[in-house]
Amino acid sequence: MTSKAYILDQIRTNIAKQNTTQVALPDLEIAHDDYHDKDKQFAQALQSVGGMAHWLDTQENIETFIQEHYQHHGTIATSMDLQIEHINPNDVQDPHELKNVDLAVVKGEFAVAENAAVWLQDHENINRSLYFIAQRLLIVVKKEHIVASMHEAYEQINFKENTFGTFISGPSKTADIEQALVIGAHGAMECMVLFI
Amino acid sequence: MSDHPKLAEKFASNTNRMKWHDKALWFVRQKRDIQAQSLPEWEALRDKADAIKTHTLANLDHYLSAFETNARKRDIEVHWARDAQEHNKIVLDILRRNGATKLVKSKSMLTEECHLNPFLEENGIDVVDTDLGERIVQLRHEPPSHIVLPAIHLKKEDVGTTFEKFLHTQKGNSDPTYLTHEARKHLREKFLGADAALTGVNFAISETGGIVVCTNEGNADLGASLPKLHIASMGIEKIIPRLKDLSVFTRLLARSATGQPITTYTSHYHSPQHEGEMHIIIVDNGRSQILGNKKYVKSLQCIRCGACLNTCPIYRRSGGYSYGYTIPGPIGSTLGASKAIQKNASLPFACSLCASCSNICPVKVDLHEQLYLHRQDVVDAGLLDKTKHRALKMATWVMKHPMIMDSGGKIARKLVPILPRNLLYSKFNVWGKNRELPPFPKQSFKELYKERKK
Ligand code: SF4
Repeated sequence: MTSKAYILDQIRTNIAKQNTTQVALPDLEIAHDDYHDKDKQFAQALQSVGGMAHWLDTQENIETFIQEHYQHHGTIATSMDLQIEHINPNDVQDPHELKNVDLAVVKGEFAVAENAAVWLQDHENINRSLYFIAQRLLIVVKKEHIVASMHEAYEQINFKENTFGTFISGPSKTADIEQALVIGAHGAMECMVLFI
Repeated sequence: MSDHPKLAEKFASNTNRMKWHDKALWFVRQKRDIQAQSLPEWEALRDKADAIKTHTLANLDHYLSAFETNARKRDIEVHWARDAQEHNKIVLDILRRNGATKLVKSKSMLTEECHLNPFLEENGIDVVDTDLGERIVQLRHEPPSHIVLPAIHLKKEDVGTTFEKFLHTQKGNSDPTYLTHEARKHLREKFLGADAALTGVNFAISETGGIVVCTNEGNADLGASLPKLHIASMGIEKIIPRLKDLSVFTRLLARSATGQPITTYTSHYHSPQHEGEMHIIIVDNGRSQILGNKKYVKSLQCIRCGACLNTCPIYRRSGGYSYGYTIPGPIGSTLGASKAIQKNASLPFACSLCASCSNICPVKVDLHEQLYLHRQDVVDAGLLDKTKHRALKMATWVMKHPMIMDSGGKIARKLVPILPRNLLYSKFNVWGKNRELPPFPKQSFKELYKERKK
């Protein structure tokens, strides 16, 4: 017998032995906060996990924001159409070549007010490592793409054509040494969410 | 055989460190409380999580089979392992087939349970744990002492000296920020030089055939996106039916674990990376047996948040190593006893039945009730420690004879307050270590009750 057949057989036998009554899979209608000001909630939540949020006003554009906010920067990587000097992460064959990226400018699908997480799922981005290897992360999200909670978030997610997706909430961190919170474990040392 | 009281005594003998450990974990517990209380729907979330898990476990064969079918459609290779040996062999075979010798690992209690690291090392694989806490204990040749906070038993000075020795950090510098950033540099080299990555699995989604891994550090993510080979190990109980079920679990997990609204990274892997390979190993290793036991089946609902450890007064004061089992604390005590009662007979007694663990558990595992039932199994199997057995027998006898119980109480109330301290707190009074007796009342409850009824 293959291990698969053996394990499934064990599972069936044991479930039968226990002779349980079935519990139906529940609906997920859960009353939750709608946050009358989702932007404010998002900004506060993001700040509490060490990140920053900024809303562009009409005179600003992404390029000017980057110039102002990241005056000293090394290599910028982005697959967005930006008028600044950058490399296209999809041009590198080997994800290791992204190791010197200082700032990754990436597209966020939508933001979640409840916990300051942003959903990143870009099937045009070949190298997933971009999200984790860059020293700093600038996530660009459309202003109207903000939802209240994870319940609404998962309604928008599917994996029909996508192969990878991740929620990112703030910069990488750890508290493994005496519970002292330190920003900058393995991933980005800084995380900015820019609403356009 | 694990002997909790002996090992706990060793840990608690350093009173300062014991108190410090207690406080550190209570701090995490309090952070969890703030998060839980900030959501009015907290109890509704727990109920949904409980229902999803109960349903899934009763239909586990179906959801696992569907998961495999869906994962294969996504070019993910799925393997099945009956036990630890088979799991380890599968990992080694995959590595060998790819000529991989350098492996970066992210946190996985399952691979601890399988003793994967020593097995791979014996077979010439260089294994690096990349979670900071796990890396610290790996360098010290220690197992993790907590399932979420592997190095919670260590002070920053301990980490400092460990890093001085292995990473050549500045002498005497034990600043957490400095040490973390030195570890960052050291581990980046390891990530960039690795041939393969191994991660655990927080959730496997039957409907989509993908897996979710949650970290704060981003180590699983960086590992799984640099080398072309990704292996993920999961226990059979990690499966959930639908993608949207994650909305419940992602809201509960980090809040319960560390008191954050969500982990920094919640990554959903639904295929190998570009030109890469992805393998998932589904491991039984004794789990299906627990599935057949009505009393203990709920322990398979556990999502490994560690909240029950942080809240447990015994764990906080006796440390993770006192359990002598891969998973310490309330959840480990029940899992260990289910797996091998002979070996872990002392674990169900490492508990005061205060029920705090059951109250805090985000998926409603009935932990303290399970531990209570395990105790009965221990007695039935004739495995109870002799001293304890004698004491309990004596207590039963006394309680069965009300006259003796009443007069005994009367004598104690008169006698104890006037006994000299060195007699009261002698070495025979194990309970009296680090504790004071409460003041003795003048009357017994029974006497008071009778009086008030008049
Ligand atoms: S019931 Fe027992 S295991 Fe649970 S928290 Fe209390 S002492 Fe710890």
